[in-house]
Parts: sequence; C-alpha cells; structure tokens
Amino acid sequence: MNTLFFTLQDFMVHTKGITYLIMGGLLVALPLFWWFLTDRDDENETWRQ
Amino acid sequence: MTDNGGQNVRKLWTPFNVIVGIILAAGAVLTVMRFTQGIGAVTNLDNNNPWGLWIGFDLLCGVALAAGGYVTSAACYIFGLKRYHSAVRPAILTAFLGYALVVLALHYDVGRPWRLPYPIFVSQGTSSLLFEVGLCVFLYLTVLFIEFTPAAFEWLGFKKIRALVVKLTLILTIFGVVLSTLHQSSLGALFMIAPSKLHPLWYSSYLPVYFFISSMFAGMSMVIFESTLAHRYLSRHMDDTHHQEAPGVALGFAKAAAFVMAGYLGIKLIGIAIDDHWRLLATGWGVWYLVEVIGFVAFPAFLFAMGVRERNLIFVRWAAAWTVLGIVLNRLNISVIAFNYHLPSHERYIPSLMEIGTSVFIVTLGIVIYRFITTRMPVLHEHPDYSTHSPGQERT
Repeated sequence: MNTLFFTLQDFMVHTKGITYLIMGGLLVALPLFWWFLTDRDDENETWRQ
Repeated sequence: MTDNGGQNVRKLWTPFNVIVGIILAAGAVLTVMRFTQGIGAVTNLDNNNPWGLWIGFDLLCGVALAAGGYVTSAACYIFGLKRYHSAVRPAILTAFLGYALVVLALHYDVGRPWRLPYPIFVSQGTSSLLFEVGLCVFLYLTVLFIEFTPAAFEWLGFKKIRALVVKLTLILTIFGVVLSTLHQSSLGALFMIAPSKLHPLWYSSYLPVYFFISSMFAGMSMVIFESTLAHRYLSRHMDDTHHQEAPGVALGFAKAAAFVMAGYLGIKLIGIAIDDHWRLLATGWGVWYLVEVIGFVAFPAFLFAMGVRERNLIFVRWAAAWTVLGIVLNRLNISVIAFNYHLPSHERYIPSLMEIGTSVFIVTLGIVIYRFITTRMPVLHEHPDYSTHSPGQERT
C-alpha cells in the first residue's frame, strides 16, 4: 500500500479507483446483509428472553 | 405509626440511595470547588488540551446517546411505525435529560453560567460551528421539553393544555429531526478545524457524516439499553402494553441499528480509502482504530443481526450495551485519546479524579431525575384517562 505518488492526479486516480471498488463491494454486501437480517422474519413471532 | 416510620427509614437506606447520596454529596463539593476556585483547581486541562473529559464524555457522548429521542419519535410519527409507540416517551425523557445534563456539564467547562444566553441573544458568532451547535441544542432542548410536557400535564391533570400540545406532535418531531441532523453532524465538524492535532485515522472530511450516522445507531442502542434497565428495575411502573411491545421494539431497533452500522462501516472504509491511510492500520494507533471499528461496531452489528435472526433478546441487549460503549470509545478517541497524539507522554492529557467524579455526578443526577419522573408520571405506562386503547384518545 506504500504507493509513491508524483502528482495529485496520480493520488486521486489511485484513491478514487480503490473507493469505486469498495462501493461496488458495498452494493453487493449491503443487500446480502439485509437479506441475512430479514430472511427469517416470517418464520415465527416468538422470542427468547 | 412507629412501625411505619421505621419501615420508611429502612426504605430510605437502600444500597442505591446510599451510593447515590455519596456521589451527589461529593458532586456538590466538586461543584463548589469548580465555581469558587476555577477550572484549574479541579481539572488537568491546559493550553494544549483545553477540551477534556467534560467535552469528550459529558457533551459528545451525552448528545450522541440522547439521539434515541429523535430516532424513536421519527420512527413512530414520521414513518408511521406505531408499534414503537410505547418507546417514545421513555426515549423523549432520556433525550431531554441527556441534553439538559449536556448543558449543565457545559457550565462546568465554560464557567460563568450567567453568560449562557450571550451566544444566542447578545453576541452571535454566526461563522462558528459552535454557534450552530449552541443554537441547535438550545432549540432542540426546548422542543424536547415541549414534547415531554404531555406526560407532566397528564400527571398534573391539565387536560386542555395537554390536548393543545398533543396537536403539535408531528411538527415538533420534524423540528427534532432537522435540529438533530444539524447539530449531531456539526459536533463532528468541530474537529475538522484541527487536522494537525487529531490522528489521521480519526480525522476525515467525513467526520460530520460519521457523527450523524453513528448518532442513529447510538440512539437506537440507547433505547434498547435503557429499556432493558427499566424492565429490570422499574418493571412495576410498566403497564401490559409496555411489557408486550418491548420485545418488538428491541428487535425492530436491533434490525435497524445493525443495518445502519453496516452502512457506517462502509463509509469508514471509504474514508480510509479516499485519504489512502491503509498503511496507518499497521501501526499501534491502527490497531487501536481497528479495536474501535471491528470490536465496537462490526462485532455488535453482527450480534444485533444474530439476535434479530434468532429472535434472541439476550444477544440484542448485550449488543446494545456494547454499542453504547463503542460510541463512548469513539467520541473519547476523537476528542481525547487520538487528539494531540503527537505530544510527548508527559504533555498528554489525563483527566483528574475530580473531573471523572464530576462526570459520574452528572450521570448519577440524570439517573435520579429519570427515576423520580418515571415513578410518578405516565412514562412507562399510559395514564388511564388518556389511554390509546380508549376511543378518541391520542397519546404523545
């Protein structure tokens, strides 16, 4: 991760590139997490105290 | 008569009352010291560290954890989730007391309490974030007070004025959400003035967003945490509706908190990426940062999710308490621990025992007032004359 940057352009391209990849990952991960949270919603209406 | 008197004396000398009495007495002494001998007599603050525990804990944590007020009232009155209705009044009360104690704690830090109205009414610093925070806290405290008054009016039997305030519920809720959005984020923005002092892992141009989003799950966790304590210690003051709705409130808020926490983790990741701070994660400060983010956000988010999936309230309650601790850790990291991180150890700020004592005093004061109100006013139960189960009645 110790990339050497010579210009602000280099830095922005690098960091924005990583950020877009993370955004793509989040677009997949967050709906999956929502599915994980809600897929048992209708199974039962009881709870453990 | 004598027996009754003896019983009353025994009731007074409970462990809770004795401990609270000692704390309040010590707090009174510290208060006198603070306001007669100055801030230097009771704190370790200096020119390098003008903000310490009273700002980091009492103010930042107090405001974040009081967010349950706007979160719960927005869920119930704006999003129409009426199944959370029984949680609104305790959440509003906690928020009102939280903000009131924030203002009280600010007096200890700022001093000269008679000048409190100056920034709002006499000399407005309109270019300052602190002015915006001060104005929002002033307005939101007023909103919370009005939102809570129906409970007091029911207790006092003031039916007409209570009916008038109930009609304002929706507009007050909207005001509450707007004002909270403004000042929760501005508290984070305050630290953007110090890029050279705050450690780069915590410093980010997204600080206002972090503060606002974390306030949402802080508020939800605090509602669950407070409900857990109320069920344990104030159960006899709750009605059947409150008892029946509590598990649903806990599971619903746990689900929302888990998802918001996942989003928060996502934008924290983006914050690291956009500033290219990956290499800092391999340092000692990086490990501490990961403890905060993984140990006190990712872990409780997963615990919330497991609690929701398994419908396990034990998981949910532990996750809520853990999240509350995590919020305290985050705010202390930003304002105290990772602040001035570059200073040599002998110049670092460590709060004095008297500062810690004052904070404990203020929290205890909040607990005592909460207990006083909930054991008298219809907060954890519905007043029989205004029950939502009676036709034509609306409760706020």
